[in-house]
Amino acid sequence: MSNAPVDTGRRRFLTAATAVIGGAGAVAVAVPFVKSWNPSAKAKAAGAPVEVNISKLEPGQLIRVEWRGKPVWIVRRTDAVLAELPKIDADLRDPNSLEPQQPSYAQNPERSIKPEYFIAVGICTHLGCSPTYLPDSFGEQVEGVNSGFFCPCHGSKFDMAGRVFQGVPAPLNLVIPPHHYVDDNNVMIGLEQGEA
Amino acid sequence: MKKLLIALVTLIPTLVFAAGGSNVVLEQANIDFNDKESLQRGFLLFQQNCSGCHSTQYQRYDRVATDLGIPIDELKANYILTDAKVGELMENAIPDADAARWFGAAPPDLTLVSRVRGEDWVYSYLKGFYADPSRPFGVNNRVFPLVGMPHVLQEMQGYVEPIYEEQDVNGQIVPHLVGFKEAIGGSMTPEEYDQAMRDLTGFLAYSADPVKLERESLGYWVLGFLFIFFIVAYLLKKEYWRDVH
Amino acid sequence: MKSLIDWIDARIPMTATYNRHVGQYATPKNFNFWYFFGSLALLVLVNQLLTGIWLTMNYVPTAEGAFASIEYIMRDVEYGWLLRYMHSTGASAFFVVIYLHMFRGVIYGSYQKPRELLWLFGMLIFLVLMAEAFMGYLLPWGQMSYWGAQVIISLFGAIPVIGDDLTLWIRGDYVVSGATLNRFFALHVIALPLVLVVLVFLHLIALHEVGSNNPDGVEIKQNKDENGWPVDGIPFHPYYTVKDIVGVAGFLIVFCYVLFFMPEGGGYFLEKPNFEAANPMKTPEHIAPVWYFTPFYAILRAIPDKLGGVIMMGLAIIVLFVLPWLDRCNVKSVRYRSLTHKLNIAQFAVSFIVLGYLGAVPATPELTIAARIFTVTYFGFFLFLWIYSKNEKTKPVPERVTN
Repeated sequence: MSNAPVDTGRRRFLTAATAVIGGAGAVAVAVPFVKSWNPSAKAKAAGAPVEVNISKLEPGQLIRVEWRGKPVWIVRRTDAVLAELPKIDADLRDPNSLEPQQPSYAQNPERSIKPEYFIAVGICTHLGCSPTYLPDSFGEQVEGVNSGFFCPCHGSKFDMAGRVFQGVPAPLNLVIPPHHYVDDNNVMIGLEQGEA
Repeated sequence: MKKLLIALVTLIPTLVFAAGGSNVVLEQANIDFNDKESLQRGFLLFQQNCSGCHSTQYQRYDRVATDLGIPIDELKANYILTDAKVGELMENAIPDADAARWFGAAPPDLTLVSRVRGEDWVYSYLKGFYADPSRPFGVNNRVFPLVGMPHVLQEMQGYVEPIYEEQDVNGQIVPHLVGFKEAIGGSMTPEEYDQAMRDLTGFLAYSADPVKLERESLGYWVLGFLFIFFIVAYLLKKEYWRDVH
Repeated sequence: MKSLIDWIDARIPMTATYNRHVGQYATPKNFNFWYFFGSLALLVLVNQLLTGIWLTMNYVPTAEGAFASIEYIMRDVEYGWLLRYMHSTGASAFFVVIYLHMFRGVIYGSYQKPRELLWLFGMLIFLVLMAEAFMGYLLPWGQMSYWGAQVIISLFGAIPVIGDDLTLWIRGDYVVSGATLNRFFALHVIALPLVLVVLVFLHLIALHEVGSNNPDGVEIKQNKDENGWPVDGIPFHPYYTVKDIVGVAGFLIVFCYVLFFMPEGGGYFLEKPNFEAANPMKTPEHIAPVWYFTPFYAILRAIPDKLGGVIMMGLAIIVLFVLPWLDRCNVKSVRYRSLTHKLNIAQFAVSFIVLGYLGAVPATPELTIAARIFTVTYFGFFLFLWIYSKNEKTKPVPERVTN
């Protein structure tokens, strides 16, 4: 060992510099490992927007389409159903859709672009079950309301705009996916107007 | 020791000989991965002339379009010839079993052909067809003898006739291929055809290694970083090792 | 902080272990370039473990899905290409580093008493690493993966009586198939890495028990100061940690150059036929194992008898295990040994490299003769060593290490 004076300042500086640069390198190395967990091109292709033809939908009918592996409902609501919506506001948790469960263009009383067509992700906001569509027998669940959605798992209830009733486990309204109408007969699920 | 030296000396010519490899001379493809227009033309050529039989099933349409700078609308209009969606893999329409019945063997997938054979081989192959009436499709190939594929691009290149010379092999006179006449009746001049094949080869080279440009540009950053790290680490080491005598 | 350390130390010997293996581990002060490769091997091992774990997240170990899943990783998974190239380049880097590490042991006599067990653990690591690499090479399920495995597994068929049954058992099918792929996958990603990590641990324990050798082959423990600290020793930390960081940076520059600019390694790290999916009906024109197996493969091909070839190839590896007992000289470092020994080591290195080349190119009659000559010189190294080391004329070994 030498008796020469140790330049502690220089030593400390170089130690810090090596540690900082080495640490930055380690973080950079972590990037590919972390990013590889993002959805792959295959997953993204499988989750690509879905175009649905709605011209054959009967009044009151519900169809399910798969988007990003999830069921998306398209319901053609009758005038009677639409008329029912504003009457039950008092029984709902979030009647005016204040929670960000829908795109801005669906933040309206019907929670849809065209009042006639209700489009929502058919997944209960409680624990992820898919609620059952009860077009005529919803009255058994909520008195005086003819149609709605009932989740069989834990009994959450939603009205025909996907708004959650009070006193059930689900905390939020059903999610409305981004979508737009390509023309009168076709709707694109998963893509906003003007988005590529 | 002496024996070893003799062995080494005798080995040198054999090593040189072994390095010579195959005797088919390949033409240089000279692919430029940055020439997006060339790659686009190659993509279009591939889709119009090759994709009917050959898939490039490990890559996706939209990824190719993004990498080659093709807008998605144009991709849909001009490049996707099946009912495939933009995010799908570039598979072809004919089932392998049918293809095998028609051609004797299923046309191979070509995503990686340029990595298996090399760019220059692909380029030479595309330019290597010549007339040979003894073959089922009437053509043979300079770099792929007895090829089981018709010359799909004959209309562009034209008809290439081989030149044979008679050669004495063990007392038998056999024709020996020595060269080719200029192509006749093609819709392209030889220069145009060469460029088209360079485009097509470029597309296949891209397909085989789509990440090449990204990889290399990232590589410069990584190496630059490592040089700086090396210098700092070296200075740190020198500083500490002043203690050691 | 201090009380936390005390709390832990009262329960496990954390500080004591750190001091024993890093902080107060006396390391000879005269390490040269050759002594970088141990720490680099550890770095590459960590790289292989991490990237390997990440690759299994998207790899599909079936005959139908394996090849496509590799292309999926290379194209569809974000940065999948980088993880895959880190793993494939890492495999070759592992062998580069390990071969240089082993050669260091040979030239400085690091296998000699009292480091025989250290050497044996190292050799076991080498053996497991070869098995690990061989099984890993099947996983991409390309033409070379498939036919390489076919050829190597068939070697076991040379064993008399049980050979055919044994190959059938290893493959789990009449040819290399999905069943083989599946079991190789399990061994490659779980069983062998576990064994490898345990062996590396034992290798390090053995090293720190006897202490590091050095380019002079002087035992630094035989010359201690009044505090019991070897006068030629310096603590591993900070002196060798900062030095090894420089080594790591230098290594990474070369490694990353290959990784980013020539990941195929000129066709030696990723062989061209392996970009074609395995086809049990068609053998590639020229089958060569990956470069790190070619020296042994050349020995196999040099012997004109199937069983004989397999035995000689096995012996070429086994003979390395007994090196500590073949060398009967008690001077370790090549610096103080005879000219004969220097030349013998040189010819051994040349033989190994030439055999590596010969194993990679197609066999011709001339090259087969060359392979036979170098097989003889390869084994000659061990035989000569055993003969001349008994009464070798050595130079005096210094008391202290030199600079």
